[in-house]
Amino acid sequence: MKSITLAEVRDVLGAEVLNGDDLSIKATAVGSADLLSDVLATSKSGTLLLTGLVSMQVIRTAIVADLCGVVFVRGKKPGKEILSLARESKIPVLATPLKMFEASGRLYVAISEGP
Amino acid sequence: MAEAFESVYRVLGKDFSNAGRVSTSIKDTLKRLGVSPAVVRRVAIVSYEAEMNLVMYAIGGKMSLSVSRDAVTLNVDDGGPGIPDISLAMQEGYSTATAEMREMGFGAGMGLPNIKKNADEFNISSEVGRGTRLFIRVVQTQVS
Repeated sequence: MKSITLAEVRDVLGAEVLNGDDLSIKATAVGSADLLSDVLATSKSGTLLLTGLVSMQVIRTAIVADLCGVVFVRGKKPGKEILSLARESKIPVLATPLKMFEASGRLYVAISEGP
Repeated sequence: MAEAFESVYRVLGKDFSNAGRVSTSIKDTLKRLGVSPAVVRRVAIVSYEAEMNLVMYAIGGKMSLSVSRDAVTLNVDDGGPGIPDISLAMQEGYSTATAEMREMGFGAGMGLPNIKKNADEFNISSEVGRGTRLFIRVVQTQVS
C-alpha cells in the first residue's frame, strides 16, 4: 500500500477542504468508522479518518489519537464550533458528498493501485 | 527524559461539548514535558476514554496526572453511581449507554477495555452509590 496525500484524497473524493493549509500531508493509513472508541482502539498515528459522525468529539479524537485529518462523508458539514476547534488544533477537515462505502472504496483503490 | 509534573483536572458531568478538553490539555502538557510521542498517545487515549466515562456516567469527577522519570500515572475518581459488576463492565461490547451517548460515537462498551489495553498497570475499584476509581500507569521506556 502506498501512502496518499490530503490533496490526492481531496481529488479522489471530490471533497471540499474545510480546514487545512498543508495538503501535502501524507496519510499513513485510512480508516472508516462512526464509533470513536474503535478509532481510539485500532488506529495508528497518522491515520486519516472517514466518518459520518459530526461532533466535537470527532476532532478531539483526531487530536488524542494523532490522526492526520478527518473526512466527513455523505455531504455532512460540521458547524462553526467544530471547525474552529479543528483550526485551533491544526486538524485538516474535508467534506465529501460521497457515502462512506464509496468514499472508502475509492481511497482503497487509490492507495492499492496508485502509481 | 521528561521532567516531573503533577496536576489535578476537574471534569464536569453531562458537559458534552467540552468532553475531551481535559485530555487534549493533558496531551499538550505531556508533549511539552518531553514525554515520548508513543507514550503521549497512549496516555491521551486512556485519559480521553476515562474523561468520556466521567462526562457520560459519573456526573463529573477528578483526574490526577503525575509524571515521574519512569512513568506517567493517571488516577481517576468520581462520585458517580458505581459499577455493580466490574468483570461485566470490562467485557468489550458490554454497555449501559444511552442513545445520546452512542450518537456521540461512544458508549459501545469499549472504553474500559481500551483503557486497560493501553495501560502497563491498571486497577479499577467501584462501590455502588459511592463511585469508581481508576489507576493507570504507563511506563516511559527508553528507546535505544
